[in-house]
Amino acid sequence: MAKRAEKKKTEPALGEIAAPEWERILREMVLVRKFEEASEKAFRKGKIGGYLHVYSGQEAVVAGITSALRKDDIVYAGYRDHAHALLLGSDPKDVMAELYGKASGVSKGKGGSMHLFDVDRGLYGGYGIVGGHLPLAAGTAYSLRYSGTDRVCVCFFGDGAMNIGSFHEALNMAGLWGKRGMCPVIFVIENNGYAMGTSVDRHSAVTDLSARVEAYAIPSEKVDGQDTFAMRGVADRVISQVRMTGRPYCIEAITYRFSGHGAADLFQPYRSKEEVEESRHRDPILILSKRLREMTGLTDEDLQEMSDWADEEVAEAVRFAEEAEEPDPKELFEDVIALEPGREPDGDVSSPLHWGPRDEGGGEEDEEDEEAEDAEDVEAAASSEQAGDEEGEEE
Amino acid sequence: MAEKSYRDAVRDAIFEEMERDDSVVIMGEDIGVYEGTFRITAGMLDKFGENRVIDTPIAEAGIVGTAIGMAMTGMRPIVEMMTFNFALVAADQILNHAAKIRYFSGGQLDIPMVIRGPHGAGVGLSAQHSQSFEAFFGHFPGLVVVAPSTPADAKGLLKSAIRGKDPVIFLENAALYAIKGEVPDDSDFTVPIGTSTIARKGADVTIVASGKMVHLSLAAAKTLEEEDGIDCEVVDIRAIRPLDVAPVIESVRKTHRAVVVQEQWKPFGFAAEIASSIMDEAFDELDAPVIRVTGADVPMPYARNLELLAVPHEPDVIQAVRDVAYANGV
Ligand SMILES: Cc1ncc(C[n+]2csc(CCOP(=O)(O)OP(=O)(O)O)c2C)c(N)n1
Repeated sequence: MAKRAEKKKTEPALGEIAAPEWERILREMVLVRKFEEASEKAFRKGKIGGYLHVYSGQEAVVAGITSALRKDDIVYAGYRDHAHALLLGSDPKDVMAELYGKASGVSKGKGGSMHLFDVDRGLYGGYGIVGGHLPLAAGTAYSLRYSGTDRVCVCFFGDGAMNIGSFHEALNMAGLWGKRGMCPVIFVIENNGYAMGTSVDRHSAVTDLSARVEAYAIPSEKVDGQDTFAMRGVADRVISQVRMTGRPYCIEAITYRFSGHGAADLFQPYRSKEEVEESRHRDPILILSKRLREMTGLTDEDLQEMSDWADEEVAEAVRFAEEAEEPDPKELFEDVIALEPGREPDGDVSSPLHWGPRDEGGGEEDEEDEEAEDAEDVEAAASSEQAGDEEGEEE
Repeated sequence: MAEKSYRDAVRDAIFEEMERDDSVVIMGEDIGVYEGTFRITAGMLDKFGENRVIDTPIAEAGIVGTAIGMAMTGMRPIVEMMTFNFALVAADQILNHAAKIRYFSGGQLDIPMVIRGPHGAGVGLSAQHSQSFEAFFGHFPGLVVVAPSTPADAKGLLKSAIRGKDPVIFLENAALYAIKGEVPDDSDFTVPIGTSTIARKGADVTIVASGKMVHLSLAAAKTLEEEDGIDCEVVDIRAIRPLDVAPVIESVRKTHRAVVVQEQWKPFGFAAEIASSIMDEAFDELDAPVIRVTGADVPMPYARNLELLAVPHEPDVIQAVRDVAYANGV
């Protein structure tokens, strides 16, 4: 297990991703930050109900991964899910409208902050039960492979979610199915050091979280989650590997949340002011903009323009949400079940991304057999010898 | 007697029982250093130390399961569910283990533990965080299920639960934490579990409720008296299991009309159970069919306007009482 670090491929230089794309990524991260600031403000004004968990400080994690995904890939998030929606391309207006509980919200106002769904953009939801979505992601990955595609599924969750039963059950199944190339899922641990008020060393017997994952025959690696370059580099390599092999992989992003656990967590007795202030030096937005200044010649004016643009987008989203209509009272009883009593089932599944005709090969190996084998070599090298042996038995 | 909040009554009960008996411990997520999401456990870590105030990982099945193991061997664990919604993650441990061990061990073992925490419809918390659990846990033999509506009952019933030998599901409606009421100071004050009580005396219609719905019913009763001259009796079912329907039956013999109020979904619910008990024991006394006031039969929506439509309100109770009293001109 310890060997995995040495075997890592080097991260891409800026040259592999064009400068404009980096600037787009930065721009979107700025948007997410401003969106979160606005959402907290609206929460304090009582415009947003329930719980509100903002993502400020962690933007690089989702930005790095989602920017490397294909449009037809699928993403699952926990309840801290605003960034996931925005970075997958959901309209900020619709996301804000959802937080406001309006009919035009991404989940028709029925989900709220913790349950953003935008299936057209690959977001299969935010979930409020810690870790409850991990098995869903493994199942979705199976389905994607079963249908003969090379799409992948990414599942984001916090360090705290690693202690719940569904985590262990899902990872074991993913590990098993992965041996048959049937589970192209990427688990992304958003390790911000805390599960609410409980730090990792007070919630985990083994605090090396990626090492825990490897117990399930799922290779993993740690990455600096404040560094968008590093995140994106890992994402590019891992996603293409998982796409080829159909095997699960885990990325542990070491990150930090600047705000409280939720908008109601004002006192934060579990961490010091100094620690929070210190973490500001590792602001992913600052780090990326500094890097881009050096590498693409990004200027202060460019940054100002981005910031103004994001302000305007967010202001418009807030305006839109404020003015949007509440759901029609009839909506209360809509979408509960699809069945109509006494009607024959029509069999159509609503998911627009539902799989097409199944590949006759049974999904064992993909069309790109050769590439797949290559990828397996890479992976066998990257994972432990023991895992390599098991693979031998499989054949 | 002192005026106390429901929250403080719950805290005092735990505090006093932990002082009284070393075998009582409390465990749960963020209850120690963080002092509890609803601040029930504030000050407890300092006072009792980490062996008795056990901060746990997010692992509901593990928490309940380990607590069962403790309870089977002499300890009296209190499990705090951050909210009862998460108890569903531990359903197997609660329903298949805690509820059954005494029975299938032929009575060789007691399971003296309490699983407590807030439940009930939230404020914009949406479907996974906004559920009421009376009927769900009430369905399973082997469990004791308590749902107090007042600070005094919260304290007295919780002490009884902690001192007893059974796995107790102790449901605190989150909306009640801030309410205040007189609570006896005596540290040996307990309320026996399995006794319903009359929250308001009346002659015309019996309203049956539990937990938060008692307050709705009392408010409705007041309005009905003022506006319609209808005098309602309100029965507070403080324990869902064992269920004491005797005061309900007695009341119906007097009023001949009954309305049952519950926050949760109508099918297979608390209100159905009460209504059916009335039919079993006092069918001939009824002058009108029993009416159920319930939440809408949908997962809880997030949007505020829909959420308001999804849970019962005082006017719904008023309407039901008028209907059952044929006071609507029909
Ligand atoms: C099953 C379950 N138990 C408890 C909770 C309450 N809860 C919500 S968030 C949270 C902490 C989760 O921490 P982590 O997974 O690290 O995510 P982060 O907040 O750091 O993003 C807890 C305990 C819950 N939502 N679900």
